[in-house]
Amino acid sequence: MSEISYAQALNQALDLAMAADPKVFVIGEDIGHHGGVFGVTKGLWEKYGAQRIIDTPISETGFLGVAVGAASVAFRPVAEIMWVDFTLVAMDQIVNQAAKTSYMSGGRVKVPLVIRTQEGAGRGNGAQHSQSLESMFAQVPGLKVVAPFDPADAKGLLTAAIEDDGPVLFLEHKLLYNRKGEVPEGRHVVPIGKARVRREGSQLTLIALSRMVAYAEEAAAELAKEGIDAEVIDLRSVVPLDMATLEASLRKTGRAIIVHEAHQSFGWGAEVAARLMDSCFYDLIAPVQRVASKDVPFPFNRTLEAFVMPSVAQIVATGRSLMNDY
Amino acid sequence: MSQTQPDWRIDAYRDMVRIREFEETSAKLYTQGLVGGSLHLAIGQEGTIMGTVGALASGDQITMTYRGRGHALAKGADPFALFAEILGRQGGTSRGKGGPMHIYDPEVGVMGTNAIVGAGIPIAVGLALAAKMEGASRVAMTAFGDGAVNQGAFHEGLNLAAIWDLPIVFVCENNLYSEMTPIKDAVRNDSLTERAQAYRIRAVTVDGNDVEAVREVAEQAIARARAGEGPTFIECMTYRYVGHMLGDPETYRSKEEVQSWKERDPILLLREKLLREKAATKTQLDAIEAAAREEIAQAADSAQKSPEPQLEEALDDVF
Ligand SMILES: Cc1ncc(C[n+]2csc(CCOP(=O)(O)OP(=O)(O)O)c2C)c(N)n1
Ligand SMILES: [Mg+2]
Repeated sequence: MSEISYAQALNQALDLAMAADPKVFVIGEDIGHHGGVFGVTKGLWEKYGAQRIIDTPISETGFLGVAVGAASVAFRPVAEIMWVDFTLVAMDQIVNQAAKTSYMSGGRVKVPLVIRTQEGAGRGNGAQHSQSLESMFAQVPGLKVVAPFDPADAKGLLTAAIEDDGPVLFLEHKLLYNRKGEVPEGRHVVPIGKARVRREGSQLTLIALSRMVAYAEEAAAELAKEGIDAEVIDLRSVVPLDMATLEASLRKTGRAIIVHEAHQSFGWGAEVAARLMDSCFYDLIAPVQRVASKDVPFPFNRTLEAFVMPSVAQIVATGRSLMNDY
Repeated sequence: MSQTQPDWRIDAYRDMVRIREFEETSAKLYTQGLVGGSLHLAIGQEGTIMGTVGALASGDQITMTYRGRGHALAKGADPFALFAEILGRQGGTSRGKGGPMHIYDPEVGVMGTNAIVGAGIPIAVGLALAAKMEGASRVAMTAFGDGAVNQGAFHEGLNLAAIWDLPIVFVCENNLYSEMTPIKDAVRNDSLTERAQAYRIRAVTVDGNDVEAVREVAEQAIARARAGEGPTFIECMTYRYVGHMLGDPETYRSKEEVQSWKERDPILLLREKLLREKAATKTQLDAIEAAAREEIAQAADSAQKSPEPQLEEALDDVF
């Protein structure tokens, strides 16, 4: 174990995967000489060369298509889309091509592709550089949608994503890259589809993803001061959705708040709430609550942006009312 | 009867007839209500298909469009499996889950037809990149229509192939229409080769109904790709006799226009030439046609007897 950043943990996963398997290559914009705009590919170009750390022109459709083609003949490309907002210009290659090839071919052509990108607000990047789009992608059968919070998971889940035989959308968070944590050295794999209970509690379950896990942990600490015992679950992936871990928690607590940066309406929180109602109806003490971004584009002004995003205070207030009102 | 010369044109003739038979039989199945969705036929474009796909080696790979069962046949796919796929049966290339617009047959290098205009182009560029990275000698080919040159995927794909010098052949099947839109309403260029030249890709226009002419430029393009000399763009001038899809009322073109192209039918042109040059006898060619007809009829027949997939199969192969 050593304490490294989320970005360094991702870098280690890429490095080890490339060293272990010559079929792994990385493709994207400014990832080579420059090392990626968030520094995730730093040093890899020097180590593996331009043949395997492939810089591209600004052609998201083009290089994602290239990655789909190479993946369909047993390469394991990791394509970096600089900002999740730019996946939107290449949606056809993600949704119609990568996600559907296995199915349309009756399982004869697999696409072991990882699309790495970063999402999230909170940095004053404005409406076209702040979105969290995981709910949208979760609607597409054939795509796994992974979003690590902690540096060790960043490494372990990226390794699992590269080794997965299908396309994985790997959503990093722009405000987590500098977050430090203990990360196992050497090969480290975290299986995709297992949520992680980060804090045990008996009265209330906070279900969060990506950077919102930090908010949930802070809120749980606040609630503890008021004598409310909250459990915090890092979902880690939206697809597959680990309902078993959520259900086990709900059977214990009977109360849940889902926290996500994706817009509230039609967000993945609604799906989780519906499933919990289905499977845990008689265990529920209170209606499942959501704390998510308001249904507006992210404003530039930092005060307005914070108002649109979920906040720790909102989670605490919602938790308090779940305890007091039910 | 004497043995035929080892003349590739005889094989090309056979395959062009097989493709036409396949397409005409498909139309019959469609008209009987046995095929779901839409069906886009390549009748009239067989010279382009055989001139290009027919020039590939078995290890080479292709992507193409919804009009691509003929290309799959030319690449070596089994007509039974293709019929079974368009009928949605278990014996199909994708066990009935792909359909006429989604043909995959990786064992013979068919890496996918595509229902999204232009989408197969960057994917084929990826196949070419993979070949180059492996140091393999295989070549990628992608066939698309004149309409696809107006898609972003076309431009991004061509540029990437150009800057990386990839072993790929771009085959633009210019049949003068994208759905119901005539080409003159869709592009200003006199020739679509200009689009490729903009990316510094070697480009040539050829009579797509003259299979020999197509084959000649395709062979050069493939050889260059294999030798590491980068991509080539081939614009094949051709025509589809049937509408964009079956049931198209074809209000955008005249019967005379269709007729004038039928007079330059690629199969007819080759037949006349083979006879004129005494490269084959009428009896030989008739026998080839009869055998092709028989093979395709049998394949269609067996495909109709292929069972429906099990319901649970709808739930597998997702990830
Ligand atoms: C991205 C996209 N836009 C529109 C369509 C609908 N569409 C299907 S085929 C077609 C025309 C394509 O024409 P062309 O590329 O010339 O190929 P052809 O059908 O003539 O072989 C259109 C517009 C589509 N399938 N995909
Ligand atoms: Mg056309």
